[in-house]
Amino acid sequence: MNNLTRKLTFFAALLAVWQALAWSGLWAEYIFPSPLGVVQTLVRGFQNGTYLIGIVTSMQRLVIGFGISASIGILSGLAIGRSKLLDETVGSIALGLQTLPSICWLPFAILWFGMSETAIFFVVIMGALLAITTATEAGVKNTPPLYLRAARNLGAHGWKMYALVIFPAALPEIITGMKLGWSFAWRSLMAAELLYASTSLGLGYLLNMGRELNDMSRVMAVMLVIIAIGLVVDRLIFAPIETRVRARWGLSG
Amino acid sequence: MKLEIRDVTKTFQSKNGALTALDAVDLDVQAGEFVCLLGPSGCGKSTLLNVIAGLDAPTRGHARMDGKPIQGTGTDRVMIFQSAALFPWLSVFDNVKFGLNMIGVPKPERQVIARKYLQMVHLAEFEQASVHELSGGMQQRVAIARALALNPDVLLMDEPFGALDAQTRDLLHDELQTIWTETRKTILFVTHNVREAVVLGDRVVVLSARPGRIKKIFTIDLPRPRQIESYAVVDLAREIMAVLKEDVLASTRDADARLLQTLEAQMVGDDVL
Repeated sequence: MNNLTRKLTFFAALLAVWQALAWSGLWAEYIFPSPLGVVQTLVRGFQNGTYLIGIVTSMQRLVIGFGISASIGILSGLAIGRSKLLDETVGSIALGLQTLPSICWLPFAILWFGMSETAIFFVVIMGALLAITTATEAGVKNTPPLYLRAARNLGAHGWKMYALVIFPAALPEIITGMKLGWSFAWRSLMAAELLYASTSLGLGYLLNMGRELNDMSRVMAVMLVIIAIGLVVDRLIFAPIETRVRARWGLSG
Repeated sequence: MKLEIRDVTKTFQSKNGALTALDAVDLDVQAGEFVCLLGPSGCGKSTLLNVIAGLDAPTRGHARMDGKPIQGTGTDRVMIFQSAALFPWLSVFDNVKFGLNMIGVPKPERQVIARKYLQMVHLAEFEQASVHELSGGMQQRVAIARALALNPDVLLMDEPFGALDAQTRDLLHDELQTIWTETRKTILFVTHNVREAVVLGDRVVVLSARPGRIKKIFTIDLPRPRQIESYAVVDLAREIMAVLKEDVLASTRDADARLLQTLEAQMVGDDVL
């Protein structure tokens, strides 16, 4: 049996056991839905457009919030990485705040921005910002001195040194940081939408609605959507970029 | 263009106390001359290149070019390192154009100049290749093209062929001699390979083990192009090796020599940004 058939067999067996347990009638359908039921809910959810709205709403928040934190994070990481003073001051704050789970920013955000879209953005931004900042900073600090020497020798200085040498040299670590930041932002967005479900309309809201309707198949269907998005972004966007950059930079085996 | 090195002394502060890399080095290099600096590891020969490149300032003494004291880096003196130090995020072509971009040469002109020097190092057909597709020897040739593109007066070469296999090295010796004949650059070439120094140099400056002092200067009066296995080269190399031997032994027993090499490799110059 090769790798793929082993995997497929495992998942088929898992689904069979699940379906058998559901059919056995040991638990009520709303507590323990069958896989078929979940798939039906999933299809229905896509057909009537609620999942699409949920996905678009959540992705919008994520992409905009992540874009903002990537811009701020990379710029501040570049600055902190090259300045001893900034490193000792701002850098240490970034490092400290990184230990705070980003959903803990939600009460703070609600007090400052009220029950608004801005509060959700704030949590998403804080989710990714520190990971990207510290990764960029590390990338800058790990820039091989040889690159700096060579560039200096060839006449590079000032912003050109930053933009054309230090930034690209740090890029592999920046991308790793962005990948990590993305998954932090994604987690905090889901948490924020869940806790803050009344106005949010995103996937977290749909998840919460399933709970309120006492409908486990809705909950599981939305969970599947959330997992799928996470996998797609990680495997189809970040992983290939990361692999290509690392190969080109000569960092992979 | 004449390079004058006067009383150049360099002391590093390390946790073991002061570490003298160079001690009162005096040297004149004529325009278009090919000078090899030969010495054991950690004798400060790279420090001397750093000082001339402006990546490091001497503790005492000074280096001048055409009477002007050297302060900071300048594209009239370009360094070539043991590792080619090409930028992997750029294509071969863009690597060669890098310095031209830095000093503000207009785009169309960059292309022409970069092509010319890629041709000179026989890599014209690798223009669009990425760095990791090239062998070590090819990378080093790109580094030479990248340096030459800036049309510097002086090429500073810090053991540029030290990491290459013997065949590739022989080939590059031939190429470098040709390039030097064509361009008449002043070249300072650091090596610990005695035969390499004899093949390439008009003069071979032997430095003593730490602290680096000039021990003896040999004038190499052999016709070019020279071959590394020719009797004349081998004989002269033997003669120079005899002078060098005790210092190589001293250097292998010197723990600070290793530390010094690390320090030399960190020098970026104060005015990086």
